[in-house]
Amino acid sequence: MATVYVDNKPYQMNADENLLHGCLSQGFKLPYFCWHPALGSVGACRQCAVKQFKDEQDEHGKIVMSCLTPAKDGTRISIADPEAAAFRAGIIEGLMLNHPHDCPVCDEGGECHLQDMTVMAGHDYRRYEFDKRTFRNQNLGPLVNHEMNRCIQCYRCVRYYRDYAGGNDLNAFASRDTVFFGRHEDGVLENEFSGNLVEICPTGVFTDKTLKHHYARKWDQQFAPSVCVHCALGCNTDAGERYGTLRRIVNRYNHEVNGYFLCDRGRFGYEFVNSGRRLRQPLLQGRPNSAVAAQRHLHETVAKGRVIGIGSPRASLEANFALRTFVGPERFHCGMSDSEAGLVRRMIEILRGGPVRTPTLREIEECDAVFILGEDITNVAPRMALAVRQSVRQQPIEIAKKLNIPLWMDHGVRDAMQGTKGPLYIATPYATRLDDVATSTFRAAPDDLARLGFAVAHALDSRSPAVPALEDWPLASEIASALKAARKPLVISGASCGSEAVIESAANVAMAVKAALSFTVPDCNTVGATLMSGSPLSAAFQAINNGHADTVIVLENDLYRRAPAADVDCFLKTAAHVIALDHLTNSTTEKAELVLPAGTFAESDGTFVSSEGRAQRFFQVFVPQNDVLASWRWLKADDWQNLDDVLAAMSEALPNLAAVRDAAPSAAFRISGAKIPRSPHRESGRTSALVNINISEPKPPVDLDSPFSFSMEGTPDQPPAALIPFFWSPSWNSIQAVNTYQKEVGGPLRGGDSGVRILETAEVNGQPYFDAIPAAFQPREGEWLLLPMYHIFGSDELSLSAPGIAELAEKPHLAVNSREFMENQEVEISYSGNTFRLPVRIRPDLPLGVAGVSVGTAPLIGIALPTWGTIARAK
Amino acid sequence: MTAAIEKPLTQKMRPDGSPVDVRAYEQAGGYQAIRKILSGGMTPKAVTDEVKNASLRGRGGAGFQTGLKWSFVPLGQEVPNPTYLVVNADEMEPGTFKDRMLMERDPHQLIEGAIAAGYAIEADIAYIFLRGEYTLAAERIARAIAEAYERHYLGKNILGSGYSLELYLHLSGGRYICGEETGLLNALEGKRANPRSKPPFPPVVGLFGKPTVVNNVETLCCVPHIINHGAEWFRGLGLTKDSGTKLFGASGKVKRPGLWELPMGTTVREILEEHAGGMRDGLKFRGLLPGGVSTDFILEEQLDTPMDFTAMEKVGSRMGTGTMIVLDDQTCPVGMTWNMTQFFARESCGFCTPCWSGLGWAERILKSMEDGRGKPGDLDKLAFQAKMWSPGNTFCALAPGAAEPLQSALKYFREDFERHISEHRCPWR
Repeated sequence: MATVYVDNKPYQMNADENLLHGCLSQGFKLPYFCWHPALGSVGACRQCAVKQFKDEQDEHGKIVMSCLTPAKDGTRISIADPEAAAFRAGIIEGLMLNHPHDCPVCDEGGECHLQDMTVMAGHDYRRYEFDKRTFRNQNLGPLVNHEMNRCIQCYRCVRYYRDYAGGNDLNAFASRDTVFFGRHEDGVLENEFSGNLVEICPTGVFTDKTLKHHYARKWDQQFAPSVCVHCALGCNTDAGERYGTLRRIVNRYNHEVNGYFLCDRGRFGYEFVNSGRRLRQPLLQGRPNSAVAAQRHLHETVAKGRVIGIGSPRASLEANFALRTFVGPERFHCGMSDSEAGLVRRMIEILRGGPVRTPTLREIEECDAVFILGEDITNVAPRMALAVRQSVRQQPIEIAKKLNIPLWMDHGVRDAMQGTKGPLYIATPYATRLDDVATSTFRAAPDDLARLGFAVAHALDSRSPAVPALEDWPLASEIASALKAARKPLVISGASCGSEAVIESAANVAMAVKAALSFTVPDCNTVGATLMSGSPLSAAFQAINNGHADTVIVLENDLYRRAPAADVDCFLKTAAHVIALDHLTNSTTEKAELVLPAGTFAESDGTFVSSEGRAQRFFQVFVPQNDVLASWRWLKADDWQNLDDVLAAMSEALPNLAAVRDAAPSAAFRISGAKIPRSPHRESGRTSALVNINISEPKPPVDLDSPFSFSMEGTPDQPPAALIPFFWSPSWNSIQAVNTYQKEVGGPLRGGDSGVRILETAEVNGQPYFDAIPAAFQPREGEWLLLPMYHIFGSDELSLSAPGIAELAEKPHLAVNSREFMENQEVEISYSGNTFRLPVRIRPDLPLGVAGVSVGTAPLIGIALPTWGTIARAK
Repeated sequence: MTAAIEKPLTQKMRPDGSPVDVRAYEQAGGYQAIRKILSGGMTPKAVTDEVKNASLRGRGGAGFQTGLKWSFVPLGQEVPNPTYLVVNADEMEPGTFKDRMLMERDPHQLIEGAIAAGYAIEADIAYIFLRGEYTLAAERIARAIAEAYERHYLGKNILGSGYSLELYLHLSGGRYICGEETGLLNALEGKRANPRSKPPFPPVVGLFGKPTVVNNVETLCCVPHIINHGAEWFRGLGLTKDSGTKLFGASGKVKRPGLWELPMGTTVREILEEHAGGMRDGLKFRGLLPGGVSTDFILEEQLDTPMDFTAMEKVGSRMGTGTMIVLDDQTCPVGMTWNMTQFFARESCGFCTPCWSGLGWAERILKSMEDGRGKPGDLDKLAFQAKMWSPGNTFCALAPGAAEPLQSALKYFREDFERHISEHRCPWR
């Protein structure tokens, strides 16, 4: 720490940081634009100027940029100094010369960093009298809107997009006061993390185009803290609603998990909540019916039948537990295919039984050598790819350290590092978006990937079994030495290859070098559903097909995505009664006798366990104006009054999930006796939201399950991390207000980040090295090994019902590396009695004998991959 | 030989303007400095010390001690390879054409200087970053480089000494900001030519992140002579504390616009009246910018100031490139200031706010004055902007450079500005 004098008063600041960081951490209202905690300092905007004095005697001082000045012990500065204040006012005046002042029609209005800084820097009178420069805006696709006239040339967008996220289709063009930030031509932004531009941009150049379609001001929205449902990483979000529609998702900072950034699927996938395919009323025999009748039918059917329950990896722990309690633990199934359930169970055994730790996303960023085995993380666990992209900077950053360049001096560090990248080895069946920063890549079928993993593990520790005939594999030795030389090595693997051997070999590597080990899994609560210890789908199918049961309740699960259609058809036909709970109509709900409308993450409360093993609570954003209820409420036991009762019962029934209760404070939590408001403050009253219908404001709904109020009434204080519905503090109306919620800017949230980790390592290593090394992959004459290919847009079920994501979704295709076929040619693919047609895409990166099918969109759902099949020209 | 000692930089140049080829250059004593260094067993440090002792200061305008700059470059086996020498030949300062003459007429002098400097900093690779419009210089330098390679002054194992240097000519795409040493490095790397954060400074983190020295053409042209004749001789050339000779020039409505090699410290009056022949008949002197447009105006009473780095600063200006632009009484000072501000506004890279925003604003105000639409209060706005561009307030020296003519014009020609506003027109039109 350093003692820094600000206007003659001493403050403790982080000596490894700059003065702007220190001043903001101390709560000073020092305006800035180009600096960002995740991007560092470049000194472009000059807005954060302060006066620096040599010593106590120095009365003149000189203007310095606080973002470019180290917080050295004994530094003396003044923020209030009239010359510094005049300079800052001059800067904001300069920035506003060409700004269109279109706040009333700008989506950023009311939560705009530029508005906040204009007020903070004291610019209130316009002296510029000439024409403003104008630009032509670009169509950047369905997710991000472009309005360049508002630009203040702070360069944050290109620094984030290019330097941080690795994109290359957004650039700064031209010079002077006409710098244009955009693409070389109109078109969809290619980077999977483009949506963060919406929050990175300090004004309304880049805004959320999906919000634009149903716009509401920040102060008119009702928010609740949420957890992303579109992959298993558990990124924290805040979801905003008005008039019964979900309006948008914004990032909810969690230092350990997503930090400042989300992926585009996570940010824009929310629109499924507003989909026309939503189930909003119970359906009995396909016809709408009342909730009361539905409830009665449910209980009657269950009372007379022999019932089983099928849970879901995309439903909350509470929903799964309610079903488990409803049908009885031995009749509960986890809702995953046998192969998936087996793979996930193996991962959990590894993480719990052995010494290797599953890292948080922040820890992944800090790893300095990474080995990815079998995972296309950009498409499976996107936010993790952004973290790995930062990890390759860890070793080269030593160059900057040696030269004494402060690490926050972003351009200086980058000039010193140039293009140097730390070790990142990617072994996957096909090329991935991260390859551009990889040290080396290896493309092979899953068995060969596993063999590489086993060979690396053996090279690290001779007790780990050797791969026969591959003892001197140069690539394996290279990877092994890179991991061994690292301070914080990391291995990433997962379920994508459908191969237990890949997972086990990754575990061997991690154990051999004491690396962190991160597994990706498919769904937002895959880990949680697995910990619920239900049996897989085949057991459920058997129970019905053998006549042990005749009634099935399917919880938030389209079985056609989990098993072959013929099997599911047979299962649902054999069952006498099928009861389904879900958000959207799907093939399973269409075959159900009773369908109960289940609340999405926005209409219910619950807990997900992320792939890191972090249990995190999401909260109801709004009360739906129909029969939609949280699944656990449809199925709840009689003595459960609220969520806390469900959690208490779950802790008792499943001790391994007892810690889940601590994921967030209970419904009784209050701050100075007050609840936490879901809506930001306005001047007076409630929100007058329905005053056009009834002038006497209705009483807000009562929330039994959480400490939130459904209004702006409640504590003005900052809530604990798990309960932050939106970031706002006096003077900071934009999302940059997050600075004021952190202990130190860019650090953990005050009171600790949200979530409890429930997959910690074993104290005693009970995990021996795995030794089931598969034989080398042998291509077959006339047959292809069909492997799944994942797409950030397309492979996730729910986000496909968001129009923006659907527009960008990958068209289903078959990828092969063969001269037998031509690009776009229609082929017929047959495997174990099934046949489907797809157009061909030639991918020279695929190994021979292997073909990739893009999974997630029809017809490519419910297929158990990998599998052998034949490909023939379609007739 | 006396003549050679007096005007080392231009002594070999041919009166007809054709370039000195390698043979003629050698016959006139060229490449002796290289031989002295490489065969005479001078260490890199000895070369740097000689240049340091000679007090050679950068001729690009900033006047930084050349030897000192070189001494920041880490030497030895441990240094990350390669080390670069970059010749800043992006001469784009308005009114400045001194490097052009050096390159067009005696390209080998520059190459020899680059080799000597390269040796001193143990450079492996050197680039000449040449203004794109200097096509004749490009042609002549390219030929000279080829000649130098043929004679083993460049390439592997130069003259059997064990020292190797590759020299490349790079033509700039053309922006004023590319002449800023770190903007130049970014441009050379193929990036946007925005200046870089300092620290780190180029001698430590330069081109492609490696140790790099960027020197002006004229600076490097002095080096062979310092090696040949010694530091003491070089210091003796200057009339004041600053050493050596300097190419001084004059443009504007003087009788004989041109370029002369004169001792450092020659007075402004001597350059203006003796060498440039004074003002054209019928015109009166009003003021001049001593060295390109990034320097403050000086007036009649300051004409006896010696042109060197120190003395010019004492009278509130800078020597800059040493090529003066002269303002006469028939030319509108507001129009001249507008012209210069327009240049700076156009050439701003667009990185830091005071520069990209303030310059555009100032330019529009000045234009409106010229168009007769100036308003009371405009002068305060201009003065405020000029203050916003003070050194340290901006990211690089471009805007502080732009502030110099503007603030001094406002000081010295205030009446002319006021007349533009009160008469709603330019009185010179």
